[in-house]
Amino acid sequence: MELPNINKKRIISLLKDSKRFDSRKPFEFRDVEIQTGISINAEGSARVKLGKTEVIVGVKMETKEPYTDHEDEGTMVTSMEFSPVCGERYESGPPQMDSIEIARVVDRGIRESGFIDWKKLCIKEGEKVWSIMIDIYCINDDGNVMDASSIGAVAALKMARFPGYDEKEGKVKYEQPSNKELPLTENVPLALTFHKVGDSLVLDPNRDEEDASEARITLAISSAKKDKMINSMQKGGITPLTIEEMEKIIEQSEKVYDELFPKLEKKVKELMK
Amino acid sequence: MSYTKRLDKRKFDELRPIQAEVGIIPNADGSALFAFGKTVAIAAVYGPKPLHPAHMQDPERGIIRCNYNMLPFSVTERAKPGPNRRSKEIGMVAGNALAAVVDLTRFPGTVIDVEIMILQANASTRCAGINAAAMALAHAGVVMKEMVSSVSIGKIDDKIVADITKEEEDYHEGEGPTDIPFTMTSRTKQITHLQLDGKIQTHRFKEAMEAAKVACDKVYEYQLRALKGEKINENK
Repeated sequence: MELPNINKKRIISLLKDSKRFDSRKPFEFRDVEIQTGISINAEGSARVKLGKTEVIVGVKMETKEPYTDHEDEGTMVTSMEFSPVCGERYESGPPQMDSIEIARVVDRGIRESGFIDWKKLCIKEGEKVWSIMIDIYCINDDGNVMDASSIGAVAALKMARFPGYDEKEGKVKYEQPSNKELPLTENVPLALTFHKVGDSLVLDPNRDEEDASEARITLAISSAKKDKMINSMQKGGITPLTIEEMEKIIEQSEKVYDELFPKLEKKVKELMK
Repeated sequence: MSYTKRLDKRKFDELRPIQAEVGIIPNADGSALFAFGKTVAIAAVYGPKPLHPAHMQDPERGIIRCNYNMLPFSVTERAKPGPNRRSKEIGMVAGNALAAVVDLTRFPGTVIDVEIMILQANASTRCAGINAAAMALAHAGVVMKEMVSSVSIGKIDDKIVADITKEEEDYHEGEGPTDIPFTMTSRTKQITHLQLDGKIQTHRFKEAMEAAKVACDKVYEYQLRALKGEKINENK
């Protein structure tokens, strides 16, 4: 494949020696900063900084009719937007494929991990359930918005409290929030995104590395019991990944999870105090 | 009962606690945050840059393209994401409020993109947005003749107040609420944006304008301090 720019050539040649522009190791995650309570009208909110990448996430709740095939379970909708605020390359308009993909991958990680106890979101079977709406906005894109979005969504869900609910009238009272946390489980999903740049694999790429990337894969991992579970996967890009590369990715993702997850958990716990 | 004391105990001409800061979005050419109490806006400026499609270019002057975007979770009842008639109108009037002070003849054929995002809403969102956008333009180094500052003046019952809140917007006793967002230039005190919703006696409008002048001057002080590098947060 032809190399479009000198930056890309340099990134690829450095990675062959396991080096990166920002002096990180290939499988090193950038520092994560989490701030919560950034928007008081949201039921829960968070701002996540991953290096220079920044996303804000808000959780809103409302009551809805359940789906007919899950009459006693709550629902969830996740949306994501790269607004023109976050970088020169983005234009306003309806969400494009890149943001739709992030929303769907984050959504699947949360859904499949069993992080939310859907049955506890039921108000009246077949008639009324709580619906959780997660809105993710990128404020500054310096690569790997996917993982930042996933961390932000989890933090915002953890901080969320049900709005007030008047059972007699069957109405939501947003101005009287309850103190009740969402029915969340120990199966906390964490998304990890690897990229194939040249013939090398990297974790948590910055924007330049992402631009030089030929293939991408995101894994959402949770670990309620002693086994780590992969709850969702998504490969992006056209270039194929070899079986050996996939094995390396799985192996590395376990290591990174063990290192990163306790740190994030501690941060969120501190914020919840 | 008349409106003798403000619901949040402020003086009639007092602004809510202000937050102001520039340089919050590293990718942008200029960026800023501005908050009136619980109303928080951020703005990013990209440009001047070549305008596409080319047929929209003006060979004599650049244009300002302003978008106003209220995040779905910024209000109590979730707002549907994406543009709507309200946000398009506010984007337009905000763009006009800013264009008045930018020397656009210096950038022929270009566009300056101004993106306003409301993170948290409690009335006066367009004013907070315009203040942030004006700071972001200055922060981007765009040539400006003077600054613009924006405040929502209200007439709540029969009292003229500065920087109205959601609770005041919903105050329906006596003469009820009137919302008058003003944007004024810092030096020559010209009005670059003015809207009004409600009812106000013609002879009292002058009073509202006077209040706007005083309040915009206060906002200007904060904008100036933030542009000099101070991170202002009066909430703490």
